[in-house]
Amino acid sequence: MTQLSRRELLRSAVLAGVALPVLSACASPVSNGGASSAPAAGATSAANPLGFAADKPLEIWVFDGGFGDGYAKDIHEPLIKAKHPTLEIKHNATKEIAKTLQPRFAGGNPPEFINNSGANAMDFGALVQDGQLADLTPLYDAPSWDDPAVKVRDTIDPAAIAFGSYDGKPYVLNYANTVWGIWYSQKLFDDEGWQVPKTWAEFTALCETIKKAGKTAPFTYAGKHPFYIYEAILTLAAKIGGKDVLKNIDNLEDGAWKAEPVKQAATAFAELGAKYLLQGTAGLDHIQTQTAHNKGQVAMLPCGSWLENEQKDSTPADFGYAVFPLPDFGPSDALPYGTMHIQPGEEYIVPAKSGNPRAGLEYMRAMLSKEGAGKFMELVSTLTVVKGAGEGQTLKPGLKSASTALTAAGDNAVWFLFRKWYVDMHDEVAAASGQLMSGKLTVDEWMERAQKKADSIKSDSSVKKFTR
Amino acid sequence: MNYGRMRFVTGFLAIPVALYVIYVIAPYAQAFYIAFTDWRGVSASPRFVGTENFRRLAGDGIFWEAVGHNLLLLILMPLLTLVIALFFAFLLNAGGRGGTGGIWGSKFYRVVFFFPQVLAIAVVAVLFQQVFRPDRSGMLNAPLIALGLEPVGFLSDTDIAFWSILGVLVWQAVGFYVVLFSAGIASIPRDMFEAAAIDGAGGAQLFFRITLPLLWDTIQVGWVYLGIAALDVFAVVWVMTAEQGGPDHSTTVMAAEIYRNAFQYFKFGYASAMGVVLFFFTIGFAALALRLSRRERIEF
Repeated sequence: MTQLSRRELLRSAVLAGVALPVLSACASPVSNGGASSAPAAGATSAANPLGFAADKPLEIWVFDGGFGDGYAKDIHEPLIKAKHPTLEIKHNATKEIAKTLQPRFAGGNPPEFINNSGANAMDFGALVQDGQLADLTPLYDAPSWDDPAVKVRDTIDPAAIAFGSYDGKPYVLNYANTVWGIWYSQKLFDDEGWQVPKTWAEFTALCETIKKAGKTAPFTYAGKHPFYIYEAILTLAAKIGGKDVLKNIDNLEDGAWKAEPVKQAATAFAELGAKYLLQGTAGLDHIQTQTAHNKGQVAMLPCGSWLENEQKDSTPADFGYAVFPLPDFGPSDALPYGTMHIQPGEEYIVPAKSGNPRAGLEYMRAMLSKEGAGKFMELVSTLTVVKGAGEGQTLKPGLKSASTALTAAGDNAVWFLFRKWYVDMHDEVAAASGQLMSGKLTVDEWMERAQKKADSIKSDSSVKKFTR
Repeated sequence: MNYGRMRFVTGFLAIPVALYVIYVIAPYAQAFYIAFTDWRGVSASPRFVGTENFRRLAGDGIFWEAVGHNLLLLILMPLLTLVIALFFAFLLNAGGRGGTGGIWGSKFYRVVFFFPQVLAIAVVAVLFQQVFRPDRSGMLNAPLIALGLEPVGFLSDTDIAFWSILGVLVWQAVGFYVVLFSAGIASIPRDMFEAAAIDGAGGAQLFFRITLPLLWDTIQVGWVYLGIAALDVFAVVWVMTAEQGGPDHSTTVMAAEIYRNAFQYFKFGYASAMGVVLFFFTIGFAALALRLSRRERIEF
């Protein structure tokens, strides 16, 4: 039996000291340095225009959220497999994108394709800032899946490319398309003889009528998630003052939140909040308010075009979801009636430092085919950024109404990007907007809060700034 | 010390100490390092920014609001929990006629009081979301609405939400301390109560002259536990409140701000700086608690 000598004890202590940094490296980033952009292509051909490596696997991670992961498994993966039978596809799905995949980025071996979506998505700004994302320009310049004579770029909504661009470079593919507006039940409106309001005066008059009738509350929003209402405020502000109102806000321009159109829009909604909200709105979440809508307890609410699908289990068969754009505020509005807030969404990325990034791009090319997008639209009931993907499909009333409104809006589509660029600003504006609607903040205080947050982000050197 | 014994001790300590060093000390040390960088979680080479995170933290109104909530909880949550738990424990064990037994039905109540402790904290939070709902489905608001009154925004009114959280925390904690104090009271010799009762002491006197002094040790332990719990309360706030710490930051706590900045804003450097501040708060509290609880033990 050997005794443990003092020397041996000391030696093991030193060894333990050496082992520690190795272990802690699991949490700290691996230094492999260097930003990268467009992944280098291998040999290209007509069958493989992006030049991916067919002998390396394609690892796919899909967010298992509202859309599930069936669309990837049953539509897109078979599609690419049919064209490239030798390509090995590793399918994965998770609800926790950041927790699962962030360590892979820090460790330098991210997968080839990620559906970075959901409440636990990774921050796009941080990923772009660090050169982790592949430039999608080769994809958009490649021949499209269906017709080699047409580039991918020309088969999709240009807003989708703008939306996924950071400092002018496309890094993120926004696949689904969302149009925001005020939702109502066609049946309820028909039964009560209510007309869709075209002007703000008609809108408040309608609210007054509904309130007087007493059976239904006029208006509500997801009080626990006040983003749903600041979205409407900003869309109205853009309608009054033009697209630059939102552009200035995104670009953190001095005084952007104190612009007159923003003030008018906030005042209008604060009045709505004071007079016409469903009782208890501030304490209800999106599902609770939307279910109240389905039950006929409230007439109108602002939401995106996923609403019909989200509510499919609690919607009465004859409910007849329909959407109308924000009404004209006044005769001097900068943008015409029918202006809609559109938001290409559901983000997909190809990590630049993955083993086979070009295969990730090829997968995106397959997704953007007519077949891929059309079947996706049919399966998950949402609009996509692929032009004409819905042709020949029978759409549910809400989706049809949204699709019509989207087409009618045409170039009068507005959007803002700070929600994605500066998440903390989004949270602050949401928090303040909830208080604005419940009357605890005045319009001036609300503008002050938002402006202060914008200014503090502008002066924070650790946050990368984006412009559009 | 002979080597055989030393080896024995080393053998027992090696694994726990190693685990502690790897999973507690090392991450702490790392957090101190990250706090001086602007790391955003995905970068391969974090940039060293000196004390900038701490300077910005000093001017971060939301974080100091969170600190204020934690301090308020640190005072109120142990105080309310201990007072209520003591009261119930006394009633259950010595509150009956003659001061010798519990009140009628005490065995049943003892089980009921422990129920909240059995529920997972996330379950409690979701449960109370429903209890506090501001419409006809809310347990508290439904009667108010039925009476034609305005519903109370338990979780949606910035002036009320914090107190709702405090209420839930106390509700959840009381059961455990009732059991703890019951055990403490049970270990007090019965003849002390009997003697005092024979001498004509009433319920209040029994409580303040006998139960409280003899239970002082147990109460101190409870205070330390609850104090540590009050510096956390992340789960209830995160699951139960709107905007996770809202509305409008009215219920947020330090742990929630750390989580938000790290895992939602991906400002790991900044969040680590918050963690460092929380670390010193915790150390400070522990030192204070140890100092205050240095007191002669009453033998009986």
